[in-house]
Amino acid sequence: MLATPAAPPGAAELLSPETVSREWRAFWRNPLGLVGICLVLLLVLFSFVGPLVYRASPYTTNVTAIVAGPSAQFPLGTDSLGRDELARLMLGGQLSLEVGFAAALVAMAFGTFYGITSGMAGGYVDTLLMRIVDVIIALPSLFLLLLLNSIFRPSAVLLVFIIASTAWVGVARLVRAETLSLREREFVEAASASGAGRPRLMLRHLLPNTMGIVLVAATFQVGDSILTVATLSFLGLGLPPPTPNWGQMLSDSLNYIFQGSWWLIYPPGLLIVMVELGVNFVGDALREAYDPRLQGRAA
Amino acid sequence: MSQYLLRRLLESVPTFLGITIVSFIIIHLVPGNVAQVFLGPKATPFLIAQVNHELGLDKPLPVQYVIWLWQLLHGNLGNSYFQNESVWQLILTNVPRTLAIVGISVVIADAVAIVMGVYQAYRRNSVLDHVLTSIAYFFYSMPGFWLSIVMIVVFSVDLNLFPSGGISNPLIANPGLGSWVAHITLPVFTLVLWNVAGWSRYMRAATTEALIQDYVRTARAKGLGEFVVLVRHALRNSLLPMITLFGFSLPALFSGALVVEVVFNYPGLGLLFYNAAIQRDYPVVLGGVVVIGTLTVLGNLLADVLYGVADPRIQYR
Repeated sequence: MLATPAAPPGAAELLSPETVSREWRAFWRNPLGLVGICLVLLLVLFSFVGPLVYRASPYTTNVTAIVAGPSAQFPLGTDSLGRDELARLMLGGQLSLEVGFAAALVAMAFGTFYGITSGMAGGYVDTLLMRIVDVIIALPSLFLLLLLNSIFRPSAVLLVFIIASTAWVGVARLVRAETLSLREREFVEAASASGAGRPRLMLRHLLPNTMGIVLVAATFQVGDSILTVATLSFLGLGLPPPTPNWGQMLSDSLNYIFQGSWWLIYPPGLLIVMVELGVNFVGDALREAYDPRLQGRAA
Repeated sequence: MSQYLLRRLLESVPTFLGITIVSFIIIHLVPGNVAQVFLGPKATPFLIAQVNHELGLDKPLPVQYVIWLWQLLHGNLGNSYFQNESVWQLILTNVPRTLAIVGISVVIADAVAIVMGVYQAYRRNSVLDHVLTSIAYFFYSMPGFWLSIVMIVVFSVDLNLFPSGGISNPLIANPGLGSWVAHITLPVFTLVLWNVAGWSRYMRAATTEALIQDYVRTARAKGLGEFVVLVRHALRNSLLPMITLFGFSLPALFSGALVVEVVFNYPGLGLLFYNAAIQRDYPVVLGGVVVIGTLTVLGNLLADVLYGVADPRIQYR
C-alpha cells in the first residue's frame, strides 16, 4: 500500500508532471484518503459486483414473507411486498451511485466553463453572470429541486440534469476567483504575448491550473449529489418505482418504524453514510494535498 | 452604519428580483397548462380558456410577471388552489414555526459547536479530540431524513420519551407551552446534531488558526491565565469565520428544516411547501420560494452586520 501508484492517465494529461507527482504523493500518503477510497470501492463492488454473486431477484414478491426478518432465505429480510432486501440494496446502490456521479460530473463541467468564461470576460458580463450565481445560491436548493421535480417527474437522466442545475454554482464561483488571480500571472501574460487567443488561453493555460480546486469540489459534489438523490427519492419526488434506490427504500421503511423492522431502517441509511464518509474522506485528503498551506501544520 | 444597511438592502434588490424571475420562469415551464392541472383531466377547452382568462394566464409572460410582482409588493401572493386560503395567510401561519425550530437549533448548535471546537483545538490530537472528530464525521455524513427516522425510532418508539411528530396533542392551532416544547424537542435535536457535526469542525480549524497567532503568544507571555487567553483572545477571533459560516449555511439550514418538518410532520414552511409541490399547488410553491429566498438574503445581511459587531476593525462604508 505504501508504494507510490502512478496518477491515472486522464488526470496526468491535465496537470503538469511535477505538480501531479507532488500532490498525488501527498494524497496517497494520507491514510484518510486511502480509507475513503476503500469505502467507496467497497460500495461500488457491493452494488455492481454484488448482484453477480448474490443472485436473488430484487423484484420477485413473496406473499408468504411480507416484512419478514432476516433468515437463511433472506439474509436481510424482506420489504412490504416480500421482496429480498439485500438484492434491492445492491440494485438501489447502482442507481444512487450512477446518478450521484453523473450529476457531479455535469455540474463540474458546466460550473468550470461558466467560471472561466466569467473570469476571463470581466466587466459587465462578469457582473451579470455572477449575479445569476448569487440568485441561485440564495435559494435553498431543496426548495428549487422539489419545485423542478414536481413539474417534471424526472427520469434518471433528467434527474442528473436537475440536480446539476443547482449544484454548478459553487464551483463556478471558485473557478472564477481562481481565474481572476491566474490571468494576472506571468505565464498567462507570456502565452498571450506569444499570440495565444482567448480560447487557447482558457483551454491550455487556465483550465489545467484550476483542475486542483475543481477536483476537490467535484469530490464533495459527488457526496452531495448522492445525498440529494436519496433525499428527493425519500420525499417521493425522485426516481419512479419499481427500480429501487436507497432513499426511496428508506421512505418505504417509514411505515414500519413502529413495528421494529430494523432491517428496513438501518441498512439503507448505513450504506448512504458509508458512501458519504468515503467521499468526504477523499475530499478532505485531496484538499490537504492541494493546499500546501495545510501541509505540515500541527493540525 | 445606517447608511451601510441601506446600501446593503438596496444591493439585495437585484437578488430579490432575480429570485422572483427564476421562480416565475420555472413555474411557467409546466408542460401543458396550469388550468389543466387545476381543473383535472376532465377539463373542456372552454373551461380551460375561462380559467386561463380569470387567472390572467392568457396575457404575455412579461406582462403576467409584472402584474404578479406588483401584487407581490402589495403582499398579495394569490390563493391556494386546494386550500381555501390566501398564500400569504398560509405563509404567515407557517413561517414562525419554521423560524422557531431553525432559530432555537442554531443557537444551541452554535453554543455546542463553539465549546466543542475550542476544546478540540486546545487539546489537539488528544483521544477525546479524535473521538469527537469521528462522531462529527459520522453525523455529518448522515442524511437528514435518516437521522430524523433514527431519532423517532430511538426516542419516540423505543424509549417513548417524546412524541414522534405533529405540533400538539390533539392537533390544535395554539398548543400550550409544555406540549409545544415536547413536540419540537426531537426536530430541534435532529437539526442541532446535524449542524454541530459540520460547524464544530470549522470552529476547531478557526481556533487552531487563532491559537498560533502572535497575539495569543503575547497574551500568554504577559502572564494571563489560559482561560482568559482562550476566551478573550483566541475565541473572539475564531468566532468571525463562524458568523460568515452562519450566512453561508442558511440555505442548507432551510433545506434541512424542510426534511425534518416532513419526517416529523411539523407544520412549518417546509411542510407547507412540500405538500404544495406534491399537489402541484403552484401559487403556494411560488410564494414559498420567494419567501424562503427573501429570508435567506435577509439572514445573510444579518450575518454581515453581526460580523461588524464582533470585529470592530470592520469599517462600514
